[in-house]
Amino acid sequence: MGKRLAVVLSILIVGLVLGAPQSGKREKSPKQKAKQAAATPIKVGAIFAVTGGASNLGAPEQKTAMMFVEKLNSAGGINGQKITLIVKDSGSKPENAISLTKQLIDEEKVLAIIGPSTSGETMAIKNICQEGKTILLSCAAAEDIVNPIASWVLKTPQKDSDAVRRIYQTMKDMGITKIGVVTSNDGFGVAGGAQLAKLAGEHGITIAISEVYDKQATDLTDVLTKIKGQDVKAVVNWSIVPAQSLVAKNMKQIGLDVPLFQSHGFGNIKYVQAGGEAANGTIFPCGRLLVAESLPGSNPQKKVLMSYKQDYEKRYKEDASTFGGHAYDALLILTEAIKKAGSADPAKVRDAIENLKGVVGTGGIFSFSPQDHNGLNQDAFEMLTVKNGKFAIYEKKK
Amino acid sequence: MNFPQIVQYSLSGITVGSIYAITAIGFNIVYCTTGVINFAQGEFLVVGAMTAISLSRVVPLPVAIALAVLLTTALGGLIELVFIRRARDASVLRLIVITIGLSIVIREAMLHIWDETVRSLPYFTGTTVSTITILGAHISPQILWVLGVSAVIVTALTLFFRFTTVGRAMRACSDDRMAARLCGINDRWMVTLSFMLSAGIGALAGCVISPVTQTQYDMGAPLAIKGFTVAILGGLGNSMAAVVAGLFLGLLEAFTVSQFAAAYKEVVAIVVLLLILVFRPSGLFARRDVSALRTA
Repeated sequence: MGKRLAVVLSILIVGLVLGAPQSGKREKSPKQKAKQAAATPIKVGAIFAVTGGASNLGAPEQKTAMMFVEKLNSAGGINGQKITLIVKDSGSKPENAISLTKQLIDEEKVLAIIGPSTSGETMAIKNICQEGKTILLSCAAAEDIVNPIASWVLKTPQKDSDAVRRIYQTMKDMGITKIGVVTSNDGFGVAGGAQLAKLAGEHGITIAISEVYDKQATDLTDVLTKIKGQDVKAVVNWSIVPAQSLVAKNMKQIGLDVPLFQSHGFGNIKYVQAGGEAANGTIFPCGRLLVAESLPGSNPQKKVLMSYKQDYEKRYKEDASTFGGHAYDALLILTEAIKKAGSADPAKVRDAIENLKGVVGTGGIFSFSPQDHNGLNQDAFEMLTVKNGKFAIYEKKK
Repeated sequence: MNFPQIVQYSLSGITVGSIYAITAIGFNIVYCTTGVINFAQGEFLVVGAMTAISLSRVVPLPVAIALAVLLTTALGGLIELVFIRRARDASVLRLIVITIGLSIVIREAMLHIWDETVRSLPYFTGTTVSTITILGAHISPQILWVLGVSAVIVTALTLFFRFTTVGRAMRACSDDRMAARLCGINDRWMVTLSFMLSAGIGALAGCVISPVTQTQYDMGAPLAIKGFTVAILGGLGNSMAAVVAGLFLGLLEAFTVSQFAAAYKEVVAIVVLLLILVFRPSGLFARRDVSALRTA
């Protein structure tokens, strides 16, 4: 009896062990379940990190994508054709992204793939999409995604090189020249660190010390003590959660009282809450979504931003984040291109994207070209800061 | 390096080291009574912290922590009753694999219950920016809580094992299980108790470090590996040695960062483990004859 029970339990455990890590959930938008109209729907795939370490990016992206497609379909679709959105969860793992991409391209034969959420995952599937001649509209930030350019691969988040440029310009205005840089060891951190090192010289910034930490680190006081010992005037941190809040807290706790600059990955109020008081005073470049209400009425993005923000917050009862905005922009660009091309032929749609100019999205105003697969420049960013636990536009001190 | 910097690195090293030490003590308690390495030990810390975080929304913080420790202790006992006791004739290797499987199950369960958001308990005293100065170094007051609670746990355990009947009964089981049974000690309950005890101290440690390290559902595995390294380093089964070894490893990591690129910090722990396993597998402090008896 005991042995049989042990066997049953072992099988149960093995089954759970095998079943647990794999999280390729498949979700179809509700519209797809109802009988479609005569025109065949256009299949669009999406790979988001809905669970796993990057879920702060992937979950809002998935919600935004579903909201966008439902709204579009209920308005009749594009030229009468509805969109079928096939969302897959990569669990924040590049290996999963690879197999899901192959599934979407080979089995589902999608026109385009929206996502993935992180730079690491995107770089893993860049070649697969290029060879599969499937449009990839990534929601990840790394420069490498569009440099070197692959004709089928584009991205919607602003360039991290532009983020670095805005940070350095702000530092110059503040009279800061000697800084310390800490980055995490994931794709995003490494890419950011490279840009920071590359652009420092031309802005007159000296990086006195640059350290890489493990993205799962639970305590950064030793790394920051080393930074403190170099007598820097500002610290730049390039990582995603949880290190972003950890750096802010540890800095204050060890008495490193210099301005902290974060990457454009800081744009979620949850990170501010996690950092508590230590997050106040952080300066970072960001899309304008987070301060949409404070924008002047003349700002060309205000209408799109307010409409997206209100729709999202009403439907999902949570604050909108810039990450969800990247998915919104990706779908906006894709659907505008399909409208312009008048067809769902992959090559024609891709060419149409490359000719889009002045598309007003949440991340900025996009103007593509065959050489520019991101469509944004420095102006897409606004320098933001944190005041009393809320985001505010950074005012230059006169 | 000037003196305040040395103090700063030392404090950083001691903090991290005491966390490793507590995890290692959890390993040791279970190993002593069963000969099994419980790889789910790291998960107990996270479960304790997550439970406390959820409870702290409805009850005051100290009550939340106390309840979380009790619940995690119960979980530890439950795990032992359902999985380990039934497999009592199994070899040690089978039991270890079972604990690895359990750690994965617990981790996924936490993911479903709490999702992957990073959370933390509020600081016991002060806020995220409070800082106190000791000998020129600045630390958060929470660090003192971590060190204090660790010291209390170690002292309480030492007294428990040396002076209470139950504690001595557990030590008897670890020395020689058959002889303990002949003395009338219920060895099966001692095993359950050892799991419960290690789960409880794990939960308490998880709660006290939560403001400092923040808590995420998958924090348990890296912590368990470090704790295991420290337990081996000190010699399996020797809790005092685990404390010394933990502090040693923490300091080693902190001072490695001071001299070399911080990226190599994790390498140090693994290199140390490899060296120990090659040259002194019974650990730094174990006696040779004790290690000979330990082959199971």
